[in-house]
Amino acid sequence: MKIPLLTLLGALVIGVGINFGTDAFIQLTLIYILINMILAMSLNLVNGFTGQFSLGHAGFMAVGAYSSGFLSTLIPPAEGPLQILYFLIYAGCGGLAAAIAGFLVGLPSLRLRGDYLAIVTLGFGEIIRVILLNTPSVGGARGMYGIKGPADWTLGEFTFSKFLFGYAHAIFWVIVCFIVIWRLMRSAHGRAFLSVREDEIAAEAMGINTTSAKVRAFVLSSFFAGIAGSIFAHYSNYLNPASFSFNRSVDAVIMVVLGGMGSLSGSLMAAAIITALPELLRPLQQMTGVDLRMVIYSLCLILLMILRPKGLMGNKELPSPWGWLKKKGAQHE
Amino acid sequence: MSEKLLEARSITIQFGGLKAVDSLSFHINKGELIGLIGPNGSGKTTCFNMLTGVYQPTSGEVFFNGRVINGLRPYQISHLGMTRTFQNIRLFKELTVLENVLVGGCQQISYGLAAPVLHLKKFFEQEKKLTQRSLELLAIFDLEKKANDLASSLPYGEQRKLEIIRALATSPQLICLDEPAAGMNHHETHQLMETIAKIRKDFNLTVLLIEHDMKLVMGICERIIVLDHGVKIEEGNPVLIQNSQKVIEAYLGPEGIQ
Repeated sequence: MKIPLLTLLGALVIGVGINFGTDAFIQLTLIYILINMILAMSLNLVNGFTGQFSLGHAGFMAVGAYSSGFLSTLIPPAEGPLQILYFLIYAGCGGLAAAIAGFLVGLPSLRLRGDYLAIVTLGFGEIIRVILLNTPSVGGARGMYGIKGPADWTLGEFTFSKFLFGYAHAIFWVIVCFIVIWRLMRSAHGRAFLSVREDEIAAEAMGINTTSAKVRAFVLSSFFAGIAGSIFAHYSNYLNPASFSFNRSVDAVIMVVLGGMGSLSGSLMAAAIITALPELLRPLQQMTGVDLRMVIYSLCLILLMILRPKGLMGNKELPSPWGWLKKKGAQHE
Repeated sequence: MSEKLLEARSITIQFGGLKAVDSLSFHINKGELIGLIGPNGSGKTTCFNMLTGVYQPTSGEVFFNGRVINGLRPYQISHLGMTRTFQNIRLFKELTVLENVLVGGCQQISYGLAAPVLHLKKFFEQEKKLTQRSLELLAIFDLEKKANDLASSLPYGEQRKLEIIRALATSPQLICLDEPAAGMNHHETHQLMETIAKIRKDFNLTVLLIEHDMKLVMGICERIIVLDHGVKIEEGNPVLIQNSQKVIEAYLGPEGIQ
């Protein structure tokens, strides 16, 4: 448990630096990157590791976001440093709701393969959006207001900003998501997922319950999508069904494919690049007066797919920085 | 020794108007090595698929250790102790050789989702035990040096071998080999014969073998079942089969006899 805690601590220190060194726009982009990282990693579990093609990730994110947001209007968070606990609980509940939705959708539809599964999950994502659009108690098309988000907390001279709480919350879940999937993939469960991707019939013959393996992957993936939704809901304080359209599912798929199917570090990189790229190109738009952002963005995607057809990382992982540090340390001694 | 391990009672499977296997009955005793032969398209692999749960017979029953296994999923049948290899190799290509064998040994793992995530002691203990056993299995077949290579990088003969090892990792009582010698040259086939004899002795296995290579079948099988157009036309020891009119007719046609 030492490495995850150290990573969390290091990330929090960086967060404090970002808090004072940058403006709200960069901070917001950073939070979105973290949210997308969770989305991409969790989708990778289904699309990359287990080899099923899901196109409804935004639907599960919406379930998590709305249930977690709704919960915060019923039980408002405490003020001060304790608020982070509340957000963790909201996220947990949102994730749980999404996991239940994942189970209900996964159990019947995971009998399908490839394109068929993609269409079913796509349909599910749209159903969720349309239901939310027509439910007045969560705001309908107007959207859901009054979601409690992180708030500033002043202690003497020092102010812990809204960003710092949101960042701490998000980075915590990024690390949890990474560790859970990483470790799971290095166990018998992970091997079961991989064997389903490689050859379902052979996996069955080797004694693997492929249905259960697929549902497990799907439920876990939905859980983390719900968490991502919850972070999104509380940081933006407002939800609209339009935020969970088909586009968001496709974005998540792009991140997984771009990073490499079956590479968590690839997903992290791709999430950062895809979220940041349109924002980084904004100055160009101001200079030229034409919005070339999406053109360049899509060109980048096409080029990357030509140059690296298996994604940035393929199914490899980056070497662990901790292992590298250890090796360096050993050399010095 | 004459205890029945597997028994098929008039199993039939129908695909639309085609009866691929028609009321086939046979049994396999514990410890036997049985060959299943027949011309192309005679229903041998379909028969395998029915025994291992990939297809459900339209009618008839399959007993394994005295228990009806119709309607069970392939993984459940695998848990009961019947496993198989495939005619067209079905390895987990993007996984390493060792990982392939580890998947086969998944039934020895009892930890849940929490143990690997929280790195509980149980997780490390079971993984270590399983890895050790898998490496031992690989060592028996001289593949331990390639444990970390991708399965797809192995030469053809070794891929066939790995499939057998992976099946053995499930600790079966009965192993069904679907054309293990397909595409092998004379030398490799000979090695395979030795391998089959060896695993049968070392692992106390019962073997059901589909094979076209008559030298292999006649050389090691104790009893042979001959299928033609989904019907059992002959059953008996190799000498009897070699001299059977019906079998010769099925392979060569009525004119072939003259």
